[in-house]
Amino acid sequence: MTHKWAMVIDLDRCTGCEACVVACHAENNIGTAGPDQAARGRAKHWIRVERYWEGQFPNVRLRFQPVLCQQCDDAPCEPVCPTFASYHTPEGLNAQVYNRCIGARFCANACPYTVRFLNFFNPQWEKPLHLQLNPDVSVRSVGIMEKCTFCVQRIRAAEIQAESEKRDLKDGEFNPACVQSCAPKAMVFGDLNDPNSEVSRLARSNRSTKLLAELGTKPNVNYLQRDSWQDGKNG
Amino acid sequence: MEKTAKQIRGDLLRPLFRSGAGYWLAVGLTGSMVLAGVFAFSYQVYHGLGVWGLNWPVFWAFDITNFVFWIGISHAGTLISAILRLANAGWRRPVTRCAEAITVFALFIGAIIPICHLGRPWLFYWLVPYPSERHIWPNFRSPLLWDFFAILTYLTGSTIFLFLPIIPDAAAARDLAHGWRQRLYGLLSLGWQGNPRQWHRLESAMHIMAIAIIPVAVSVHTIVSWDFAMTPVPMWHSTIFGPYFVCGAIFSGVAALILAMAFLRKFLHLEEYLEPIHFDHLGKLLLTMSLLWFYFTFAERLTTWYGNDVAEMNVFWSSVRQNFAPLFWTMITCNLIIPFPLLAIKRFRTITGTVIASSTIVAGMWIERFLIIVPPLEHKFLPYSWGTYRPTWVEITLMVAGFGMMGLLYLLFSKLVPMISMWELEAGIRKAPVVRRRAATFQPGAATARAGLTEPEPFVTDAPR
Repeated sequence: MTHKWAMVIDLDRCTGCEACVVACHAENNIGTAGPDQAARGRAKHWIRVERYWEGQFPNVRLRFQPVLCQQCDDAPCEPVCPTFASYHTPEGLNAQVYNRCIGARFCANACPYTVRFLNFFNPQWEKPLHLQLNPDVSVRSVGIMEKCTFCVQRIRAAEIQAESEKRDLKDGEFNPACVQSCAPKAMVFGDLNDPNSEVSRLARSNRSTKLLAELGTKPNVNYLQRDSWQDGKNG
Repeated sequence: MEKTAKQIRGDLLRPLFRSGAGYWLAVGLTGSMVLAGVFAFSYQVYHGLGVWGLNWPVFWAFDITNFVFWIGISHAGTLISAILRLANAGWRRPVTRCAEAITVFALFIGAIIPICHLGRPWLFYWLVPYPSERHIWPNFRSPLLWDFFAILTYLTGSTIFLFLPIIPDAAAARDLAHGWRQRLYGLLSLGWQGNPRQWHRLESAMHIMAIAIIPVAVSVHTIVSWDFAMTPVPMWHSTIFGPYFVCGAIFSGVAALILAMAFLRKFLHLEEYLEPIHFDHLGKLLLTMSLLWFYFTFAERLTTWYGNDVAEMNVFWSSVRQNFAPLFWTMITCNLIIPFPLLAIKRFRTITGTVIASSTIVAGMWIERFLIIVPPLEHKFLPYSWGTYRPTWVEITLMVAGFGMMGLLYLLFSKLVPMISMWELEAGIRKAPVVRRRAATFQPGAATARAGLTEPEPFVTDAPR
C-alpha cells in the first residue's frame, strides 16, 4: 500500500515551547549559524514557530504557529528546479536531492511559505554539538538548498523494518522528531491513505485549515484552529 | 560633403592601427575592474555565497538584477539593427555594428552572471542536456532552463549576425594589414574575394538572420520575465511581465546604444559618421519606449492597487511609500521625468540631450529591475518571513566588474574591427541616386518616374553590382 504522509498541527494546543525546533536541529544535522549570521538572516530552521498577537488590548492573545515544509501536492518549488534536485517522490513528499542541487535558489523564491534554506557557508556546530551528528542524515555542504523532509530517514527505517517483518506499518509506529518531541501533543503525523489513522481523523475535523490554501498548493500539513478564539470558552 | 569610399576606409580603419595613451589607460582601467571582479568571485567561491548580502528570504538581489539588466541592454543591438535593416532605413548604416557589438558583449556578461550566482557555480553544466551516465536530464519545466536555451540561441544568433557584415570589412583590412593582423583578418574574412556569388550569399544570410533574430530577441526577455512571473510571489505572478520586460529591455538597450555611439564619436573621432541626425532618430525611438515603459508601469501598478490584494499591497506600499520609495521615485524621475522633455522637445533632442536622457535611463532601468526583484522577496505571504536586504562589497565589486567587462570588450573590439560597417556606408553612398529616384515614385502622379526605375533594389545589403 502506498502511503500519503501528512501532519496535523493543533494550534489550540501549541504552547510555543519550540521543542520541535530543537529536536529538528538535533535529528537533521542542521548547523547553527551563530548570533551574527542569524541576525543577517542566515539561520536555518526547518521548522519554526511563528508568533502572532491577536485582538485589541486588553483582550489580546498570543498565538503560535509552527511552520515547516507543507509537503505540497502541487509544490511551486518543484517545477522551477532546473536539475530535478527538488523532486516529488511517489509517496508525495517534496524531496530535496542534495547532490543534485546547484544552488540556483529558484525553489526558495517560489516557495510561498519560505521554508527552504540555503547553506550560505559550510555548516558548523558549536562544541560539543559536533559530537551528536545523526549518522542517518547527510550533512549538507555550502551552496545548496535544504528543507524539512518529514524525517524521511525515519520513514524509510520504519518501512524497511515493517517489510522485513512482512507486515504493514502501524499508525503511530514512528514519528518525525518534531512530533515526537511535542509535549502538549499538538502535532500528529501519519498516513492519509489510511482512513482510520489519527491524522486522517483529525484532518477531517471542522477545525482543519491549510496555510495559504488559496494559492492552490494543496499542502499536506493541516492546522486545527477555531474560527475565532474569542468565541471559545477558554480563549 | 559626401566622402569617397577611400576616405571612408581611411577614417574607419585608422583607429584599428593607431592607439594613443588614452586608449591604453582606458584598457587598464576597465581591465582592473574585471580583475577586481575575478578576485571577488574567487573570494565568493572560496568562502561560500554567504559573503553576499543575500539572506532568508531574499535569495536573489544584485545578482539577478544585473543579469536582467545586461540581458535587457543586449536588446539594443541585434533587434534594433535587424528591424532597421528590414525596414531599409538608410540612416541605420553607421549605427548597426556598434549596436550589434553591444548585444553580443552584453549577452556574454548576462550569461556569465547566472553562473556566478549559483551556490555551486562549478556545476552549472548540469543545465546542459548532455548524455549523462546517470541518465539524468535537466528539468525542461524550469524557466531557468528556458533561459539557458533562449540566451544560448540569442548569443549564437547575434554573434552570427554581428559576424556576417564584418566579412567584407575584414577582407578590406586584410589587404592593408601585416603580421598577426593579416592572419587574423584573413581568418575573419573567410576567403572573401568580393565576387557576385559571395555578395549574393552574404545578402541572403543577412536577410535570413535579420528575420530570425527578432522573434528570438523577443522570446529571450519574455523568458527572463517568466523567471519571476511563473512563481506565486506577490507582484511577480503577473501576466504583464512578458511584454513589460521586452519593452524595458528595448528601452534600456536604445539608451545604452546612444551612450556607446557618443563614446565612439568622441574617442574614435567619428563626428562625420555618427551625426546629430542619428541621435535625433534614436532619441525619438527612446521617447517612444519611455512612454511605452511608463504605460506598462502605470498599468501594472494601477491594477495592483485597484485589486487591493493583501499580499500584493504589502509589496506595493513598500516600494511606493515605504523603504523603497526613494528608489521608486528616482526610477520614475530617471525613466520619465528627465528624459521626456529632453527627448520630446526638438531643441533639446541634441547629442548632449539624448546622452543625458540615456544616462538617466540606464540608471533608472537598473533600479527598475532591482525594484522588481527585491521588494516582493522581502514581503512574501507570511509576515513572519519578511526580511531586508543590503549588498556587500562582493556584490558591488561584481557589478562594477560587469560594467568594466563591457567597456573592455568594447575597447578591444574597436581595435580589431571597424566600428562602422564600411562597405554598407559605401553602398549607401553609391545607392543615393537610386533612393532619390525611388522616393520620387511615392509622389502623386509619379508613373513616369516609376517607369524609369529599372534597377531592382537589393533587399538588405545593396551589394555592389
